Amino acid sequence: MIVAFTQLSYVVATALFILALHWMNDPKTARRGVYGGVAAMFLAILATWAQPQVIVHHVWIVIAIALGFLVGWPLSRVPLTAVPQRTALSHSFGGLAAGLVGTAEYFLWLGEAPVNLTPFRMTAIIAEIIFGYLTFTGSLMAAGKLQEIRWIPQRPVTFPLQNALNIGLLLLAVIVGAALVLNPAAPWSATAFLVIIGLALLFGVLLIIPIGGADMPTVISILNAYAGLSAVAMGFVLDNKLLITAGALDGSSGLILSVIMCKAMNRSFFNVLFGAFGKVEAAKAASGQKVYKTETIEGAAQLLEQASLVVIVPGYGMAVAQAQHKVRELYDQLKKRGITVKFAIHPVAGRMPGHMNVLLAEADIPYTDLVEMDEINPDMPQCDVALVVGANDVVNPAARYDKSSPIYGMPIIDADKARTVLAIKRSKNPGFAGIDNELYFSDRTWMLFGDAKAVVGELVKQLSGGSGMH
Amino acid sequence: MSGRQIAGRVVPLIGAVAATVALAQTPGDLPPPATAGALPAAESASLDYWSMLFVFMLATFIGVGVIRRVSRLLHTPLMSLTNAISAIAVVGSIIVTGSEHPLHIRILGAIALFASMTNIVSGFLITDRMLKMFKGDGGRK
Repeated sequence: MIVAFTQLSYVVATALFILALHWMNDPKTARRGVYGGVAAMFLAILATWAQPQVIVHHVWIVIAIALGFLVGWPLSRVPLTAVPQRTALSHSFGGLAAGLVGTAEYFLWLGEAPVNLTPFRMTAIIAEIIFGYLTFTGSLMAAGKLQEIRWIPQRPVTFPLQNALNIGLLLLAVIVGAALVLNPAAPWSATAFLVIIGLALLFGVLLIIPIGGADMPTVISILNAYAGLSAVAMGFVLDNKLLITAGALDGSSGLILSVIMCKAMNRSFFNVLFGAFGKVEAAKAASGQKVYKTETIEGAAQLLEQASLVVIVPGYGMAVAQAQHKVRELYDQLKKRGITVKFAIHPVAGRMPGHMNVLLAEADIPYTDLVEMDEINPDMPQCDVALVVGANDVVNPAARYDKSSPIYGMPIIDADKARTVLAIKRSKNPGFAGIDNELYFSDRTWMLFGDAKAVVGELVKQLSGGSGMH
Repeated sequence: MSGRQIAGRVVPLIGAVAATVALAQTPGDLPPPATAGALPAAESASLDYWSMLFVFMLATFIGVGVIRRVSRLLHTPLMSLTNAISAIAVVGSIIVTGSEHPLHIRILGAIALFASMTNIVSGFLITDRMLKMFKGDGGRK
């Protein structure tokens, strides 16, 4: 009876999870997706808890759940600019959970019933702990980099034979794993198991240190897929189809996002993970001095006022400066004058997929004015002013023709085709990828140097003062 | 998209998964288990792996199909939602924590349960918080 109830709940929960993701296809129905997901999770927890074998240690379960609430609640209240870190951190929690359950199951069966350690199960356990623990440390590193914790280097760290070392480590873990599958209960098996855990933990760290900020959207997506796969492996170990389906949904989401991110950077999976940007920087930094043209706030405000189509290109700089609310005020000022304002969103702008959309939505800008790169580019020649707010590589025209550029071939937003370009930039240093941006030296481009929030604020002040409405 | 269309697209797929789950309960003429002569529990576990692979394969295709249609606007909330969903690892953690096992096993389970629960709570809450902010033209007054 209980078994039937549990299985039925799992089937319903699976259906709800699929529907939840389905509802995400439109912002109008998306919140339903959250409710569906919550309902499914609630059902799954209750159904599992009700099983007869779980009857013994309720107190433990209650305490762990309560602690989860205590930590989870503040983590959901972080500022939206910190969402990439939070996401990475929760990938690492997911990986840790999978790794720990795999470890617990292995030692449980090793101690009580080694006959349960069939080759199939052992393979699943090994996959679970490798994926789980490497996601744990890898995501922790990624979260640390995104949070800019001091003792984690922000710049990509590279050293000779790095890739050989990484691949060698992973291979070693797989070989030890294969030996364990064949001898799950030999006298040395427990040690070998711990060795695999150690290798996976180390591999996660080494995988992330050569990754730079511009690659973070892809890396977060890949870690998302790994977290999903570790849940799938747990499902195989525990013979639990709900775990398999939910994990597979997460895994395919990570996979699709990774593919989209890779396409948006014209790079392959392998290239993102094993080809750090770091090496190219030194070569490019030597290029000769070029001259910027700067513009005053008054002049920039005038340019904006006379435009009929303004396209704002936001980038990570907007997030760092927390400028989205000021941008919204600017948007309002321009709209009041009957100017059409659109936002051009590059898929890899920011530090995770969709990062810019969330920040602009937070500032109350209607999502109908957030336009994808492929849709806005045909309109760029009609655009009077392209206002670049803290974006750099995603508007660098060198990506189109400069074969020596590390971003060569990456699709960009055609800001350079607009009649005028106004670019807000914090400093005269090159962007994260360390590449000079030709857009800034074009004769149609005027630079506004300063903190994005301050500059946009000045523009708003100028526009609202000039119109005499305040 | 209308409800009927949703039903037309998604329900057969769900049905397929459910059918596989049901099929999986009847060990038919599957290849002999690797651990012939083992305990019944171990035997049925190894008998079942083909159906698990089926479920995994189907769920991956459903996932790819559904997620490809997710609006690009919502990729950040999508990631935090799938994050919360993959915290379904909570199911495994509860089984490990709550059963009659040695203490160290239960401690591992309890940490895993705590980690998954954190993901569930923060994942769903922050997804909803973000989605609340997405407003169309009409939503702004």
